[in-house]
Amino acid sequence: MPSFWEGVCYNRKMGKEHPALVGIIATFVDIYNMEKFTTLKSKAIPLDIENVDTDQIIPARFLKATDRKGFGDNLFRDWRYNKDGSVNPDFVLNDARYSGKILVAGDNFGCGSSREHAAWAITDFGFKVVVSSFFADIFKGNALNNGLLPVQVSKAFLSDLQSCIVSHPETELIVDLENQTISVKDADLSEDFEIDAYKKTCMINGYDDIDYLLSKKEKIEAFENAASN
Amino acid sequence: MGKTLFDKVWDAHVVDTIENGPQILYIDKHLIHEVTSPQAFNELEERGISVFRPNQIVATADHNTPTLNQNQPVKDALSRQQLEQLSKNCKKNDITLYELGHKYNGIVHVMAPELGVTQPGLTMVCGDSHTSTHGAFGAIAFGIGTSQVAQVFASQCLLLTKPKSLRVSVNGKLKKGVLPKDVILYIISKLGTNSGTGYFCEYAGNVFEEMSMEGRMTVCNMSIEMGARGGMIAPDETTFNYVEGREFAPKGKDFDAKVAYWKTLPTDDDAVFDKEYTFDAEDIEPMVTYGTNPGMGIKISETIPKDDNPSFKKSLAYMDFEAGESLINKPINYVFIGSCTNSRIEDFRVAAEFIKGKQKAKNVTAWLVPGSKQVEAQIVDEGLKTIFDAAGFELRQPGCSACLAMNDDKIPQNEYCVSTSNRNFEGRQGQGSRTILASPLVAAATAVEGKIVDITKHLN
Ligand code: SF4
Repeated sequence: MPSFWEGVCYNRKMGKEHPALVGIIATFVDIYNMEKFTTLKSKAIPLDIENVDTDQIIPARFLKATDRKGFGDNLFRDWRYNKDGSVNPDFVLNDARYSGKILVAGDNFGCGSSREHAAWAITDFGFKVVVSSFFADIFKGNALNNGLLPVQVSKAFLSDLQSCIVSHPETELIVDLENQTISVKDADLSEDFEIDAYKKTCMINGYDDIDYLLSKKEKIEAFENAASN
Repeated sequence: MGKTLFDKVWDAHVVDTIENGPQILYIDKHLIHEVTSPQAFNELEERGISVFRPNQIVATADHNTPTLNQNQPVKDALSRQQLEQLSKNCKKNDITLYELGHKYNGIVHVMAPELGVTQPGLTMVCGDSHTSTHGAFGAIAFGIGTSQVAQVFASQCLLLTKPKSLRVSVNGKLKKGVLPKDVILYIISKLGTNSGTGYFCEYAGNVFEEMSMEGRMTVCNMSIEMGARGGMIAPDETTFNYVEGREFAPKGKDFDAKVAYWKTLPTDDDAVFDKEYTFDAEDIEPMVTYGTNPGMGIKISETIPKDDNPSFKKSLAYMDFEAGESLINKPINYVFIGSCTNSRIEDFRVAAEFIKGKQKAKNVTAWLVPGSKQVEAQIVDEGLKTIFDAAGFELRQPGCSACLAMNDDKIPQNEYCVSTSNRNFEGRQGQGSRTILASPLVAAATAVEGKIVDITKHLN
């Protein structure tokens, strides 16, 4: 939890970029619903499969829970475990050589359902970053709303990254959100990534959209009144 | 420069714009169901926030409900708990709920249009990606995650960046036996599953203009399968006639005033889209999918393409299909006609017309799952049930059912299912199940023949 003064520093520093946020910082300085994200240095797990859909990330039969916790146990359930419930040693999440908080996936990650359970399962398992050359819209939004950073890179960079991790599983990646770069530690491999400026601010500071929307109640009510006339 | 249908509806709902950031979009209608809402209610409660506009929310139970014996307590404890939680949350927050067994209960994207909740020019959201369905009325409708469900609960608004615009036009005359489902499967097979990502899609051309509302809903429903957040079709007389007289539709003078407004919504002639695609109706034939994403579709008379991409090969291996082979004559043991894509009355009429006087093949288990209680009642009233019963088809009670197999309606491992739903992902219809997406006509013919047949030959 940042102190009030950190909040104010943030306010001064970022205020220029986001004048609209300035007013609410003081109001919501004590509400931090997401973990803050700045820079992450970690090993990575390579999931070199394209079009990973939300039914693979978390199959529907595990969506019966009414809270957000525990979905990590069933992340990639039908790939991680054989039909008889035994561990599938061929699946990368079960490969002891790989570990880390970064999932390096194939092209077009997260297509399919809007189930936020997919983002919950990935974060609950311990990932903080997912890298792909393409993300489905809803998944990307869900990830950002849960402090999971989707890093979109070029196909060429993704393939380099995959080979790098596969040949040297101990490879560490550095994801720097402030500067919007992803790089391989001690190697000449780095790329910039895009992120919506507003979402970046939220990630770095652990704010979420509800805080902001609540601060706009008056405007929303004014809109409703105008619309009903 | 002129505005698109999407621009007009979007711009009318912008509450505020953050400089260099997203916009605050006002949401008129919020649909909820049992699976993606409980965590949002919990979040509100934990943060001490109340539901801002409960009367703009409509709730139903659909994803996790049994399709047999709905009058009895739900057997599965976790499912029952999820349904009870929804009832509790709705009661506590004064939200209208059409729970299991209610005459208005059904799949959220079937019951809301039926009740007239869905109307042109509205913004609508639901914690379900197929919310795109409602775009058939000229509404901006899209699926959201649970955090966003909580945001709409709290403020009736969302923070969003305006998506880019895409138009898909299909003109000409559709061949006999080509249904709206084939049109959208064809489009997705041509454009791929992520061509629409970052876009909102408008469907234009005489093919969509001539479609019924049911057909338009089928098309818009699968917009998400090409990556688009939503799809829209300009409202016209077909739309107005459908909406008029429904439970929550405006009445009398209010209705006339609305129609006058709705008529201003279609895209201006000089509006420019960020991306445009055009197809000829004559090129479209009945479609089937052969792989594990909805873009992997072919005309029923075609053979599976060859591709060296490892993900493509993995997909064929899962389906146990070979590149270059035809699906015609493939024995099929399961047929599912249902889901928010194809469980409206028109879909069952098409199926019944084909089935009438025929028998289901012995090897086939054929489930017919209506999209809502109202559709179920219509099936009985119109005498379709008699046809289905006589042919050996099993008419079940409404719900999402085998579309996502959260309940007991699961396709067994390694079995093929010709399904009118929208997703053929690995295991979507049950662990190890293999889904072939198709129209209700192709599904009905498969059930009768016990194998995939070239339906065009049967019709001519
Ligand atoms: S029928 Fe299938 S796609 Fe439609 S809402 Fe239910 S689960 Fe989702």
